[in-house]
Amino acid sequence: MTPLSGYLLVAALLFSIGLAGALTRRNAILVLIGIELMLNAANLNLIAFWRYGPHPEALTGMIFAIFSIAVAAAEAAVGLGLVIQIHRHAHTTDLDAINRMKG
Amino acid sequence: MSWAFYLIAGLTVAGGLAAVLLKNTVHCALALTVAFAGLALFFLQLDAQFAGFAQILVYIGAVAILVVFAILLTRGSETPKDGVFSKNWFAGLAIAAGVFAVLGWAVLQSASVLPRETAAPTVTVLQIGNALMGRYVLPLEIVALLLTAAMIGAVIVAMHEKEGSK
Amino acid sequence: MQETVSFTPQICPPVIAQFLWLIPAVPVAASGVIALLKQPRRKTAATLAIGSLSFSLLLSLAAFVHVVGDWAHRATPLRETVNFTWFQFGSSNVELGWVLDPLSAVMLVMVSFVGLLIFIYSTGYMAEDENYTRFFCFISLFAGAMLGVVIANSLLLLFICWELVGLTSYLLIGFWYQRPAAAAAAKKAIITTRIGDVLFLLGMVWLFSQTGTLLFYNNGAGSMEPGALTALLTQPAALGLTAAGAIGLLIFAGAAGKSGQLPLHVWLPDAMEGPTPVSALIHAATMVAAGVYLIARVYPLMQAGSLAGGTTTALTVVTWVGASTAVFAALIAVAQNDIKRILAYSTISQLGYMMAGLGMGGVAVGIFHLITHAFFKALLFLGAGSVIHGCHGEQDIRRMGGLKADMPLTFVTYAIGMLALCGFPLFFSGFWSKDGILEAAWRWNMARTPFYMLVLGALLTAFYMTRQVAYVFFGHWRGGKTAHESPMAMTLPLVILAFFAMGLGVLGTPAWPWFRAFLDGRAAVFNLRGLVEPGLLALMGASTVVVFLGLGLGWLLYGGQAPRPEEPDVLERAVPVPWRWLRNRLYADELYGVTVIAFYGWWARLAEWLDRRVWGGAVAVVARGFRLGARLNRFLDNNVVDGSFDKGCEELATGGGLLARVQNGRVQTYLRILALGVVALVLMLIWSSRA
Repeated sequence: MTPLSGYLLVAALLFSIGLAGALTRRNAILVLIGIELMLNAANLNLIAFWRYGPHPEALTGMIFAIFSIAVAAAEAAVGLGLVIQIHRHAHTTDLDAINRMKG
Repeated sequence: MSWAFYLIAGLTVAGGLAAVLLKNTVHCALALTVAFAGLALFFLQLDAQFAGFAQILVYIGAVAILVVFAILLTRGSETPKDGVFSKNWFAGLAIAAGVFAVLGWAVLQSASVLPRETAAPTVTVLQIGNALMGRYVLPLEIVALLLTAAMIGAVIVAMHEKEGSK
Repeated sequence: MQETVSFTPQICPPVIAQFLWLIPAVPVAASGVIALLKQPRRKTAATLAIGSLSFSLLLSLAAFVHVVGDWAHRATPLRETVNFTWFQFGSSNVELGWVLDPLSAVMLVMVSFVGLLIFIYSTGYMAEDENYTRFFCFISLFAGAMLGVVIANSLLLLFICWELVGLTSYLLIGFWYQRPAAAAAAKKAIITTRIGDVLFLLGMVWLFSQTGTLLFYNNGAGSMEPGALTALLTQPAALGLTAAGAIGLLIFAGAAGKSGQLPLHVWLPDAMEGPTPVSALIHAATMVAAGVYLIARVYPLMQAGSLAGGTTTALTVVTWVGASTAVFAALIAVAQNDIKRILAYSTISQLGYMMAGLGMGGVAVGIFHLITHAFFKALLFLGAGSVIHGCHGEQDIRRMGGLKADMPLTFVTYAIGMLALCGFPLFFSGFWSKDGILEAAWRWNMARTPFYMLVLGALLTAFYMTRQVAYVFFGHWRGGKTAHESPMAMTLPLVILAFFAMGLGVLGTPAWPWFRAFLDGRAAVFNLRGLVEPGLLALMGASTVVVFLGLGLGWLLYGGQAPRPEEPDVLERAVPVPWRWLRNRLYADELYGVTVIAFYGWWARLAEWLDRRVWGGAVAVVARGFRLGARLNRFLDNNVVDGSFDKGCEELATGGGLLARVQNGRVQTYLRILALGVVALVLMLIWSSRA
């Protein structure tokens, strides 16, 4: 097993863990946490491929990862703002209970 | 594979697991921070120092704090009476396991064609700056726009509604 | 339509024959116009009718003069015919036509003259009736149809006009149709004559099939001409008759119906329900005479096959039926109390005389009596009408009396007619015509019985007429209001007819047999020696004795008497049981009621049962089948069609409900499905790149 595949495996594992958390936890914020984990796993993938790729001097992977971090931060901000607003309306963050879109 | 890799991997995975499994939401947020730190260490190990420090600054310094604030603002520290996992948690687990299976299988199948060790690249901040202002200036500007919008949006979304007329 | 005008060569062209068809056509056209008039236009209707019949009379007189004028120049009788083809079917033609010969000429004059007088009489008699216009419409149609019967050269045209005459008779008998008796009488008349007409039609069809033509005279090709007759004689029919005899008998059946001969006489007395002018015209002078005229027309057929001095089966049957009718009706007339019924039975009796005369003596004998009878019977009926009018509608002779003082003109004319009917010697036409028949009967070499029957009939005729006259005109008035004489419109025709009742006898005396010679086309010779032919004087004497005997008996029993209606008649007191039979018309109607009518009633009930049960049942079964089908349809529609549709919709709704469960509003569910989808896509990608 090459180092690259090791990193990729770890990233995959992290991604699955994040997905599992997003799909199974009740609290909306924990879903967001899961999503952050998934994004991070993707970042890890990017950096790993940059490092072991053909042209690391082009900096493509690194720049991509940096942008990803920036976007993830913005998205986390907006998402958490939304969760706060939902909490104000529904007085709960339990995703099982928020089903006004039902039907 | 060096012992550093396994150590950092173990740390990161443990942090991730804790982040999704713990009952107390604040503990989850703190575990998340540990995971972020592990990832930063990974980046450092992979000679992506800038990314690693950016990770520490942004994720641990901002996102994690944000999450904790959100948890506190929504009284997330209280554990709900029906349990923290949703009713059909097994479906979610199965799907995640399936995803891991597919990804893992893909990685392991293509292990033979993956490239081996290469020389460590030297990346200077100057190079990164040049790249950002040169080749990747357009994405940079767009991200700036995105961040502005996100900021404004987050403020508006989370703002208290004004009572009475505007 | 090709016209073949055939005429025997002569000096003047036969213009008259060409226009002969106008004689019946004009009154029919007048009838059509009157039918379109409104009820109040009485004067117009009467004028049209009388005018049209006057025109027909003028034309008939012109034709008669033409025939008489031509008679002087020739040896054989004149016969001018105009024939045309009406339509063709297959290879046969149906032809119609009219004929002008002595027989039709004399009948034309008689019918139109007597008809015109009766029309004039009707303007007075029907003056108070509100259906005046309708009366003239019908009677004008009748006159036209009767004239059509007279001139017809085709048996088919004769039959058409015959039926028209029957129709108008029905319409006129039932003229006062609101009276149930009148409606029933009209029905009876048409049904009874119909029976005869069916047999007539059979004979006609048979004749057509055997000879191929229905024309009487057609230049040698007609059915009354020798060629056709010999063909008919060679054809055998049933019961030993030839075709000629059988057809003759069938045609006689039609004549028997129309002329009231013995089994089919029952309608004539009931026909007196119609107005008196109708009785005079139709049921005395003309329509009933149509039967006699028909036999005279087809006489060559009836006579075909007879050897010299002998006779045929058909003519024998005619004679016997006629003689029986004469006696039968005369017997019944003795015991009747209605003034018109007596005259009706008298008519039936005289028709029997005419038939007997035709059978035994030939055309001239029968037709002469027909002509004289027309005049004096019309006179008697019109006189009776005058009496009824004067007695304010009373018709029972037991409630009249002493009218010779109150209605003198009517009395005198009536007496003349009565004496003519009885056959009072020498000055009255009836004597000569009846004597002609008696002479023929005496000379008939088949049997003597008809002669004795006819003599008995003459005795009875004198007897019952004396009874009637004594009751009506002599004695004292037994009715309600005082009687009055009738207006001029009614008495003038009486006078004219009286003249003819007396004068016509001149044409038929043995001294100057003008009539017979006219019909035969021979020259008429005035020869007083004709009176003293062997046996003739004795016969005239014998008939005179019989007449005086009848008159005397009648006067003895009824003259000077004035019985009240409640009292029984003189004869009734003497012989009550025979009187009762005669009073009840010898139960002829009752016999019919028990046999024919009962039979028909049974058939009608059977048919009604069939209709209700069998055909109706079949219809009901079909209807029930349809209802069942409808119910089945409804069941299918409700349960199968609706049910399946409803089920389908239900399934759709359920399916929709099931599918809607996917949208449970929970974010994590959506996320899961997303993730699943991605996994599937990735798998597909890998799989396809590997393959």
